[in-house]
Amino acid sequence: MANKLYPDATAALDGLLFDGMTIMSGGFGLCGIPENLIAALRASGVKGLTCISNNAGVDGFGLGLLLETRQIARMISSYVGENKEFERQYLAGELQLEFNPQGTLAERIRAGGAGIPGFYTKTGVGTLVAQGKEHKDFGGETYIMETGLVADVSIVKAWKADPYGNLVFRKTARNFNPMMATAGKVTVAEVEELVPAGSLDPDHVHTPGIFVQRLFVGTDHEKRIEQRTVRQREAV
Amino acid sequence: MWTRDNQAARAAQELRDGFYVNLGIGMPTLVANFIPAGVDVTLQSENGMLGMGPFPFAGEEDPDLINAGKQTITELDRTSYFSSADSFAMIRGGHVDLSILGAMEVADNGDIANWMIPGKMVKGMGGAMDLVAGVKKIIVLMEHNARDGSPKFRQACTLPLTGKGVVDMVISDLAVLARPAKGAAFRLIELAPGMDLDTLRARTEGHFEA
Repeated sequence: MANKLYPDATAALDGLLFDGMTIMSGGFGLCGIPENLIAALRASGVKGLTCISNNAGVDGFGLGLLLETRQIARMISSYVGENKEFERQYLAGELQLEFNPQGTLAERIRAGGAGIPGFYTKTGVGTLVAQGKEHKDFGGETYIMETGLVADVSIVKAWKADPYGNLVFRKTARNFNPMMATAGKVTVAEVEELVPAGSLDPDHVHTPGIFVQRLFVGTDHEKRIEQRTVRQREAV
Repeated sequence: MWTRDNQAARAAQELRDGFYVNLGIGMPTLVANFIPAGVDVTLQSENGMLGMGPFPFAGEEDPDLINAGKQTITELDRTSYFSSADSFAMIRGGHVDLSILGAMEVADNGDIANWMIPGKMVKGMGGAMDLVAGVKKIIVLMEHNARDGSPKFRQACTLPLTGKGVVDMVISDLAVLARPAKGAAFRLIELAPGMDLDTLRARTEGHFEA
């Protein structure tokens, strides 16, 4: 078996990074983001990045860390509303931005990973998103063509992995991670726990190991909560 | 005039037993507080969850368990988790029965604008374009008039669209407007207490049948 295990994020990214590359980064908001890998990207100094990620982190955390250091040149995202530095760079023309509807983004990544170069969807017909795209009618309804996305490197976050790279995600931290794992020429997985071979139920594997080339156990996961909402216990 | 809670409660009257429902951020989330007794609905959260429960008790928040508004929530005995691709397969594949969302403008042909104000910061459309294109029924909860008094139910949207011809019902603080099918004209279904037809017409730009 090829060894997929690396000691840490820096080692796991070694030899993969170059200026101007495209990186997919998993997560929704700050949930399920590869914290150690983002920190290692920042420390590497790699720049001119195109980042494909549903969101852009917040100021000082998540992909916000790479915006601070101007390492990102272009973002493909569905929603970036939580980041003031992003806003400043975008309005100053320092950062390119391509908005995709969230489902279109998810499907473009899924398609890219599955070797599907394009597909048609109703989402965005009649909006700015449809401009310049091929339109085609199916059964009397109009659809637009969207293209598949791939990345030089995908960085994903999982809960558990075995040494073969089989991944299990936890709750809503799954989000974009499984599709991104399929769409990276090289996929690096940051996990909370490495379990022995044979201890994951094969019926419960979310991402089969074929999609994961490198993995390591992350440390000091902060798992910052963006909106802490609670309810009160009713008095008995 | 209806309060935001009144509007949410009115929207909850449109829920049917067994519905799978996606609630947008803001006023639509209030609808969950008014689900009628005997009506069982399953809430979908587009970040990858079906069967969304209430907010957790203090100290029981789980950073791996959030809704599409990035709020901490809880799971139920019916809950399932899935990827964003599977989530939008539910939405775009027409499997979700109802979406309730906010809007900046709705036109009388069913167009909706709720994601962008040119010249100001653009935050992104998130899942809104997928929801209005794919969900079976679309209800909009919004104020009838903007802060400057301008009507939000218009002859045509002035802001960039989220979807074309997709809205089925508008529940404002003044009235309920709905249409029986996409492509049909909107009709006045209900007036808020204290509202009359002439006042409503004066505060509305878009066409509706009384």
